[in-house]
Amino acid sequence: MSAQITRLFAVIVVLFALLAVFTTRWTVIDASSLNNNSLNSLTLVSQLKIKRGQLLADDGTSLARSVPAGGGTWKRAYPTSSLFAQAVGYSNLTAGSAAGLELSDGNYTRGLQTGLNSIFGQLTPTRVGDDVHTTLDPKAQQAAKQALGGQAGSVVALNPRTGAVLAMYSNPSYDDNNPTSCAAPNCSLLNRATQARYAPGSTFKIVTAVAAIDSGLYTPDSVINGNSPITVSGVPLANDGGTSWGPQTLTTAMINSINTIFAQVAERVGIPTMTKYMKRFGFYSVPPLDYPPAEMRPSDVYSPTTGKLLRPGSPDEDLGRIGIGEGGVSTTPLQMAMVAAAVANGGKLMVPHFTSRVVNSDGVTVKTITPSVYSQVMSPTTAQEVTQMMTKVVEEGTGTAVQLSGISVAGKTGTASIGANGLNLTQPSFVAFAPAQDPKVAIAVTVDQSQGGFGGTVAAPIAKAVLQTLLAEGK
Amino acid sequence: MSARNRELVGLIPATLLVTAGFAAVFIQRSNVLSNVSLTYGAIFLGLCLGAHLVIRATLPYADPYLFPLVAALACFGLVMVYRIDPAEARRQAIWFVIGLILFAGTIVAFRDYRKLERYRYTIVAVSLLILVLPRVPGLGQYTNGAYLAVKVPGLGGFQPEEFAKIGLVVFLASYLRDTRQVLVTGGHRFLGLTIPPIKHFGPILVIWGVAMATMVLLSDMGSSLMLYGGLLAMLYVATGRVSFVVVGLLAFALGAWYLGTHISHVHARVEVWLHTLNPHLYHATLGSYQVANGIFAQAAGGMFGQGFGEAVITFPGSNPVIHLIPAPETDMIYAVIADELGLFGAAALLVVYLLFIARGFKAAVMARDSFSTLLAVGLSAVIAIQVFVIVGGVTRVIPLTGVTLPFVSYGGSSIVANFVLLALLLLVSDRARRPVTR
Repeated sequence: MSAQITRLFAVIVVLFALLAVFTTRWTVIDASSLNNNSLNSLTLVSQLKIKRGQLLADDGTSLARSVPAGGGTWKRAYPTSSLFAQAVGYSNLTAGSAAGLELSDGNYTRGLQTGLNSIFGQLTPTRVGDDVHTTLDPKAQQAAKQALGGQAGSVVALNPRTGAVLAMYSNPSYDDNNPTSCAAPNCSLLNRATQARYAPGSTFKIVTAVAAIDSGLYTPDSVINGNSPITVSGVPLANDGGTSWGPQTLTTAMINSINTIFAQVAERVGIPTMTKYMKRFGFYSVPPLDYPPAEMRPSDVYSPTTGKLLRPGSPDEDLGRIGIGEGGVSTTPLQMAMVAAAVANGGKLMVPHFTSRVVNSDGVTVKTITPSVYSQVMSPTTAQEVTQMMTKVVEEGTGTAVQLSGISVAGKTGTASIGANGLNLTQPSFVAFAPAQDPKVAIAVTVDQSQGGFGGTVAAPIAKAVLQTLLAEGK
Repeated sequence: MSARNRELVGLIPATLLVTAGFAAVFIQRSNVLSNVSLTYGAIFLGLCLGAHLVIRATLPYADPYLFPLVAALACFGLVMVYRIDPAEARRQAIWFVIGLILFAGTIVAFRDYRKLERYRYTIVAVSLLILVLPRVPGLGQYTNGAYLAVKVPGLGGFQPEEFAKIGLVVFLASYLRDTRQVLVTGGHRFLGLTIPPIKHFGPILVIWGVAMATMVLLSDMGSSLMLYGGLLAMLYVATGRVSFVVVGLLAFALGAWYLGTHISHVHARVEVWLHTLNPHLYHATLGSYQVANGIFAQAAGGMFGQGFGEAVITFPGSNPVIHLIPAPETDMIYAVIADELGLFGAAALLVVYLLFIARGFKAAVMARDSFSTLLAVGLSAVIAIQVFVIVGGVTRVIPLTGVTLPFVSYGGSSIVANFVLLALLLLVSDRARRPVTR
């Protein structure tokens, strides 16, 4: 019987080899696709066991950190809570939800950026992620929160030379430690700075002026008739208060925010050129910010009659009204801050970013984000001329409320009418940078709704508070 | 070195394994190396030494590797069970002790194991009877769509198939010893196949019927596959006829096909096997959740595993505990092993089983009488097939059916029965290797 026993053993060896082959299939060959299978919650749980790194403000304030959640797992805690909620966001792996920087910088904080960690990670009892240093400034953020007070709206401050986001506050905010309990009206997950659709109003005149001057069609001293009303796209358009200004230079038109002049200028510049400059400023694209694309919207133009999104350069645009920030043009505060930053940085628009560097648990910097150029929007000369026009707005025009002692500020007010006629509801906004000749901060402030308030009276003081804070810090 | 001294040395790996394993689990759990791990190691070293002394005293010529291999498996299993659930590991340790007592008892009571032959019909009758016990209303325990155990107050479930498999092997070894010549030569040939005389083949058909009935009545495909596989292996070794095996497999396949298409529970298992990662099936009741998570656990292990105690078995912080891998300490223990020790650890485990089976077959080859040979073959083959059935189920070679991984899985019946099985193998081996000169 021993021959049979040998053969039987051979059969058993073959059967066991089959087991080894299938084990190899699951552990090695198909492993990565299985690990990424949507049904696989083991991957999720093993991620819960990673002690993710902190998100830090530029002064070292902890914006997000990991705290023990039992069973060797970790959960995220947000010490600054509602102050940075929209920017920082949240990450709740168990619920499968994440937002803000917690989502976009998740690969850094999980330590997935450095291959070293994942190879030797198995030897250490806890896997530790990397710390992410951001450019956010808690003092400026606090100033923005305080200045906005109870008003819904948002503040975005950028460093025009690097694109660093210094402040991004959206009101109402929420407690990112507990995003699910957020309920209107005193709480909102919406990041108005990147997601809200605002009519920019007269702040958009900066874009019109840049297109007009940089294309060579106008100079700051070009004289245009500022009578009111005029007919634009077959419908009468009036200046604020119905004032007929007569012939005025483009600079004066900027200082006094003369609608009829900018409408004429925009119509003469034409749709293709306006579209070209808007694209250079970043319009029509999701902002290039290191932030979840799902939480940003592009700034673009909607048809005022049908409410539908118009394609870039569509002949259906009411260009005259777009030139004064109406006519369906819809922007985010981030976009308007980018407009100010481009002018401030000699016409060169830097890519905005939150992340400055990634430091691993041993204190070694594993990645540094270097500033990069998004586009050269205009020539340095144009930038200088538009800066002068904007400086005069603050010195003698609609933006005097933002004046700082000893520092010249370049700015532009905006006051868009919203709601039904007769309600006298406005959407005040203000776009500025300072110091005008050596810009360190570019800022955009938008307040959702005001009872008859103006950009120069409602939004400008908020911008002033944040500018003051940042400049006092030497930013 | 004498056989017994080799056996003693062979226990060193098992001891190291249990000590290192517990130490690793402790480190993972609390970041401290508690002396409890050393205590555990010492206790199991003591138990293994005790068993070794029993063998030394009673079976001086027995194979020196069988016991160390089993000790390594059992200690490894204990660490795994401890890592999954410390409370179950304590119960497992008690079963380990009971198993060793029965092991010693079997050796002492059946010094001359050939007297088992006298009771072969009693043994087979009792085996078949206890096999269907789980189906008796009020006695049986219905688990995951199958009748797998008998409720025993105070002890939990008693799994009769673990003992029945030994009884059936003993019966078949004895029966085939008597009839193997007749089965080959006594029949008439038809279409090139030897048709054995029905008188002698009858009992084997009964066993086939019982295996099938086990499947239908108890919905327990795993045990039926294990018993039937053992039967075919012994039949082949006894007769040398591949045709018997082919016909047997065809008959089984026919039965399995019928059941797979007509019994919803069996059909569901087959569907789970074929479409494990189908999301609909994954979320269904009695769906593929268990098998899929077993596969995911293996994927998490990769080549070298995540390390002892690192596998994610339960949802962290869930109370009551939600198992990500259902039945991690019994059916799915191989998946947990692959998760923590990787492909290498899992393959090493399979190699240990193969070595055990090889030593069992070696005893069978060396045995001087047919009954001993067939007994050793049957006992070893049953272990081999049991490993194949459960590991094959976890790795999706075949549909998953619940049997234990011998010596490793949690389960009192399994540990105790398999120690009795080991005792019988050692008895055969001792007689086979005993010098003839007296």
